[in-house]
Amino acid sequence: MKITVDGLLVYFPYDYIYPEQYAYMLELKRGLDAKGHCLLEMPSGTGKTITLLSLIVAYMLENPLDVTKLIYCSRTVPEIEKVIEELKKLMDYYEKETESKPKIVGLVLSSRKNMCIHPEVSKEREGKIVDGRCHSLTASYIRERHNYDESTPICNFYEGFDMEGKEQLMPPGIYSIDDLKEYGRDRNWCPYFLARFTILHAQIIVYSYHYLLDPKIAETVSKELSKSSVVVFDEAHNIDNVCIDSMSVKINRRSLEKSSANIQLLEKTVAEMREDDVNKLKEEYERLVEGLKDAHVARETDIILANPVLPDEILQEVVPGNIRNAEHFVSFLKRFVEYLKTRLRVQHVVQESPAAFLRDVQTKVSIERKPLRFCAERLASLLRTMEITDLTDFSPIILVTHLATLVSTYTKGFTIIVEPFDDKTPNVLNPILHFVCLDSSIAMKPIFDRFQSVVITSGTLSPLDMYPKILNFHPVIMSSFTMTLARPCLLPMIVAKGNDQVAISSKYETREDVAVIRNYGQLLVEFAATVPDGLVCFFTSYLYMESVVAAWYDQGVVDQLQRHKLLFIETQDSAETSLALINYIRACENGRGAVLLSVARGKVSEGVDFDHHLGRAVLMFGIPYVYTQSRILKARLEYLRDQFQIRENDFLTFDAMRHAAQCVGRAIRGKTDYGIMVFADKRFSRMDKRSKLPKWIQEHLTDSLCNLSTEEAVQISKRWLRQMAQPFTRENQLGLSLLTREQLEKEEYSKIEQKAQQN
Amino acid sequence: MTTSSEDVLMQVGQVRYKKGDGTLYVMNERIAWMLDNRDTVSVSHKYADIKLQKISPEGKSKIQLQVVLHDGSSSIFHFVNRNGQEAQIKDRDDVKELLQQLLPKFKRKVNKELEEKNRMLQENPVLLQLYRDLVITQVISSEEFWSQHAAEYTQAKKSQRQEIGVNSAFLADIKPQTDGCNGLKYNLTVDIIECIFKTYPAVKRKHQENVPHKMSESDFWTKFFQSHYFHRDRINAGTKDLFTECAKIDDQELKKDIQSGIDDPLVDITSFEDQTLDENYGNGPTKSDKVSGNIVHQSMIKRFNQHSIMVLKASTVKQSTQSIQPQLNGSTPSASKTTTLSNQLDERPKIKKLRIQEKLIYDDLDATYDTNSNSSAPLNLNHVDRYLHGPVPGYSNTEPTSEELLITLNQLKKEASGWLTGNSIPRQLATSLVSPAAAVSALGELTPGGSLMKGFREESLGQLIPKDLEKELRNVYVCTCELLRHFWRSFPPTTPQLEEKAIRMHEALHRFHSAKLKPFEDRVQRDFSAVSQHLTSHLNQLLNTAYRKFAVWQQRKMQMRLLYIMLHVLY
Repeated sequence: MKITVDGLLVYFPYDYIYPEQYAYMLELKRGLDAKGHCLLEMPSGTGKTITLLSLIVAYMLENPLDVTKLIYCSRTVPEIEKVIEELKKLMDYYEKETESKPKIVGLVLSSRKNMCIHPEVSKEREGKIVDGRCHSLTASYIRERHNYDESTPICNFYEGFDMEGKEQLMPPGIYSIDDLKEYGRDRNWCPYFLARFTILHAQIIVYSYHYLLDPKIAETVSKELSKSSVVVFDEAHNIDNVCIDSMSVKINRRSLEKSSANIQLLEKTVAEMREDDVNKLKEEYERLVEGLKDAHVARETDIILANPVLPDEILQEVVPGNIRNAEHFVSFLKRFVEYLKTRLRVQHVVQESPAAFLRDVQTKVSIERKPLRFCAERLASLLRTMEITDLTDFSPIILVTHLATLVSTYTKGFTIIVEPFDDKTPNVLNPILHFVCLDSSIAMKPIFDRFQSVVITSGTLSPLDMYPKILNFHPVIMSSFTMTLARPCLLPMIVAKGNDQVAISSKYETREDVAVIRNYGQLLVEFAATVPDGLVCFFTSYLYMESVVAAWYDQGVVDQLQRHKLLFIETQDSAETSLALINYIRACENGRGAVLLSVARGKVSEGVDFDHHLGRAVLMFGIPYVYTQSRILKARLEYLRDQFQIRENDFLTFDAMRHAAQCVGRAIRGKTDYGIMVFADKRFSRMDKRSKLPKWIQEHLTDSLCNLSTEEAVQISKRWLRQMAQPFTRENQLGLSLLTREQLEKEEYSKIEQKAQQN
Repeated sequence: MTTSSEDVLMQVGQVRYKKGDGTLYVMNERIAWMLDNRDTVSVSHKYADIKLQKISPEGKSKIQLQVVLHDGSSSIFHFVNRNGQEAQIKDRDDVKELLQQLLPKFKRKVNKELEEKNRMLQENPVLLQLYRDLVITQVISSEEFWSQHAAEYTQAKKSQRQEIGVNSAFLADIKPQTDGCNGLKYNLTVDIIECIFKTYPAVKRKHQENVPHKMSESDFWTKFFQSHYFHRDRINAGTKDLFTECAKIDDQELKKDIQSGIDDPLVDITSFEDQTLDENYGNGPTKSDKVSGNIVHQSMIKRFNQHSIMVLKASTVKQSTQSIQPQLNGSTPSASKTTTLSNQLDERPKIKKLRIQEKLIYDDLDATYDTNSNSSAPLNLNHVDRYLHGPVPGYSNTEPTSEELLITLNQLKKEASGWLTGNSIPRQLATSLVSPAAAVSALGELTPGGSLMKGFREESLGQLIPKDLEKELRNVYVCTCELLRHFWRSFPPTTPQLEEKAIRMHEALHRFHSAKLKPFEDRVQRDFSAVSQHLTSHLNQLLNTAYRKFAVWQQRKMQMRLLYIMLHVLY
């Protein structure tokens, strides 16, 4: 239907609309008008993606000068593909209604692993290997060599693209990964480079967070995207962790040994080259004197090795003299690696700031800060000159240079921790040097600065005020929407005690208690007997899950469970887990029913939906606090306290609750869906935890549901399930949680907004 | 009623049957016995009716031959040759041998049909009870029973039978019992063995290899239970263990599954991440520094997954082999299996796309999707009770869980929708009788504690009657209803056949009344005088209504006939 949102005509490809979708559009429009950033929380399963897409596309068509591009970032490949499908649907609707295709190019950019169509390279399963092999077929010097030596293998698809691909733009349309592959196959063009090229002029780009957040990749891929873009981060509840991970590096003994080997190889190659072809090295030297401008000149295929973070001023500068010479640089690296080796030879934990680290480097091996900063770029240049084909072999030394560059570039927001052993195995010497990013705003800052509107959205962003703090930005719009419901399709409950009145909790003191574990088992068995089809459980960690399952086996809980449903358990091996998952789905679909035991923060909790019969109930065993004894976490907490005035406990609870909400939210995917959410821990009922749940869950969590025993919870569920199993028709929803166009127009907009909004 | 044309193959005198002396005749098609000095046969069994013959064991003082019939009744002939025991044995053996020759000829003819009937009776306890009450008490004849009363069972048999899956807890159900000294006793039933074989094909192979030429059946199972293979916390079983290889085969099977890849993009976790961080970036633990946990626990978890997967496989294996046939239970067979590899590659994106689109549908937002439509295939069950309870071990409580109640409720609803439309075409939507909301609220009021249940006392009758009496009463009820059903079906008797049937059923009712209901009533009167009135009053009411109807009909008929005669006379 066509609706007007605050004066903007929006094509919405459905016949009905949820009130909160409309309210979401209103807020989003305001944010775009103000050219500012937004933070929007809307419950999962209320059609966030299509709402975002239809409003922004309408906005782009209406104001082609203000917003030129939509960059849609999502987390996983399936999510990305879903977005593209929704986009296609929207475009089809435009075509149907206006009888002309909108002149919009939308496409996915994914890694080579997903996009390669080279008959051999695409067979590889590991992303890094695909990248390496692709590079060895497409690097500029390889292609040059091919010009006089036919036997050098090159990639025909890349050649095809290089010959013709850049001359014309792709016709308007929406291209998924498979569409791009087909398009590439038809024309003999490489889909990956085609996509890389096309994103520069496409109106809509859909890709993964990393292409924007990880400076190593963003440098090469997203550098030239226009400023007047709208950036959307969907499923953004974990965005701070992605930011931090992309800037953190850790080094252990093995990687140092490998880098030593790398350096030896480099030495040898440089020496050989000195004898064979002095010119090349000379050329390189000249180039470095000229400055780093060649970073721009370099062919796109070579930029696989971008600098982690190259502030603009460095690009203007010239590589310092003492590392310009190849031999000098290699010995420079050698010294640095040796220094790192000495740092790993510790018996106790060391924590220091980057500044202290630099000072120490200076005094011990007299390496200054400035050449360190250029380390990554200098190595990239050297590897290019030496025409190294397979870069995967050199990843350890590349890692070291990245560390060097990062540590000398950032003095604030990072810390260095050297641990002689792992916490869980204090007897095994396994020293690791962590270079940890503490401040998630560092990676976000260039994005907030560069793009005109950044929309951060997810089903679970509560409490909303935390994100502006930790990401250090000032949203113009900050809003949380509820789920208008015609029937109470979610049933959150806090189970605080077992049938024997023993309080259940996963807190450290009681987690190994037999009574607690037995009560958890009892709870699970009773729910397995009550709930039809699928039942998903989340534990706080793998280790806890393992020990609980073992205890359950001894107590006979597993046997009881198997009487009712099949049992599947997430493991640390993702292939095994995938197999278990697919069988779980099969078991739910053929009516046998199944239980899936899984882990909060695990891959399942982050990426798999359990909609409808796949998850009629979710049990959250305990509060998923992060492992609090970790020094990295402690350092981060300290930093947050000092810099952003966030108390440790507040952050920990926030982090635990967002993961809990994420887990239980997996069960609800839409208003026709229904599911039980059981929080099985006494501590959930405390106000500081409860109030941090998303509003749309909190709303249904009445006081009477907050301190239940197992038996009571089962009774309530039985009654509720009976009610939910009744047919649910559109007529029941209309006007309440579903609006037609007439209803939308009739009702005052403000009223709808009020209904859908909570704060 | 012997026709003289029948040849008497053997005639043995001095045979006693029910305390009367007489002569036994072995004839072409039957065996008969006639009391001395009479000319009518008092016992006569067709060979076709005879199931088997038994003889008294050697050394017993009485020399007897028993003939067991298919309907369960039997006749015993006592040989009392005055010439002593040896002559008696000789008489008996002659008869026995002759019968031995004769019986198989007839057996072959009827065997198949009989076995079929027998099987059906065994599979359907209700039918068996009915058979006992109606046929054996001779309320109705056997033929009539099979043609009329068991018709729906014989019909149902023709439709395809549904494969029964494996109970996921079957291993847990093998509860070891201590045998007093230092041993454990495992009780294995055929069902459980079947389950083990279905779920673990590797064990089946081992069984075929070893039993019986290498070890005995029981040795095999003893080894199985001792093996680590059975105990899930195994890590590495000793090398000499018979079942080590099985574990390896299972592992390989699992690995093969993993390697063949996962078609569903939405659950393939390995390919979720688009651009993974390199190994040494980030804070979290990477693959290289594996979190060391308890290996025993990990392998146990792996075992659980494996068990569930194999249980699931066990029930799907059959389906894939007969892939073309439509399934009774609506699960779509994976068609991609048969396609060639190149095809598969082409198919993948399409399947993927479909799967993603499927996830994107908001059926309430889109007018083209009818949220009311119920496209699920109807469940087709032979044994409703078995479906609801599953193969329950004896000690578990028999109270239905709410899940089961829900299922029954749904079935009832489905059934009810059929009533209204008056036919059995599935998927035809009936306009609902009552709105779901109203129905739920009514259900709520009708459960104990609801407003409609105020005067209700559960213990009124139910508790006064012992279990066995209740069961008996139920049987009587079932029989009465079955008979009544057929009785009422013959009304209005528009055709001579129906008229005849009505008369027949009326007679059957009377027979039943005297043969079954009366004794039952008497017994109740004797033993449970307090409740006797209540128990059978309704039954009697039912019967009396039928009698009255019959009487009225007969009267009308008489009047009609009279009228007819009178008219006839008049003209």
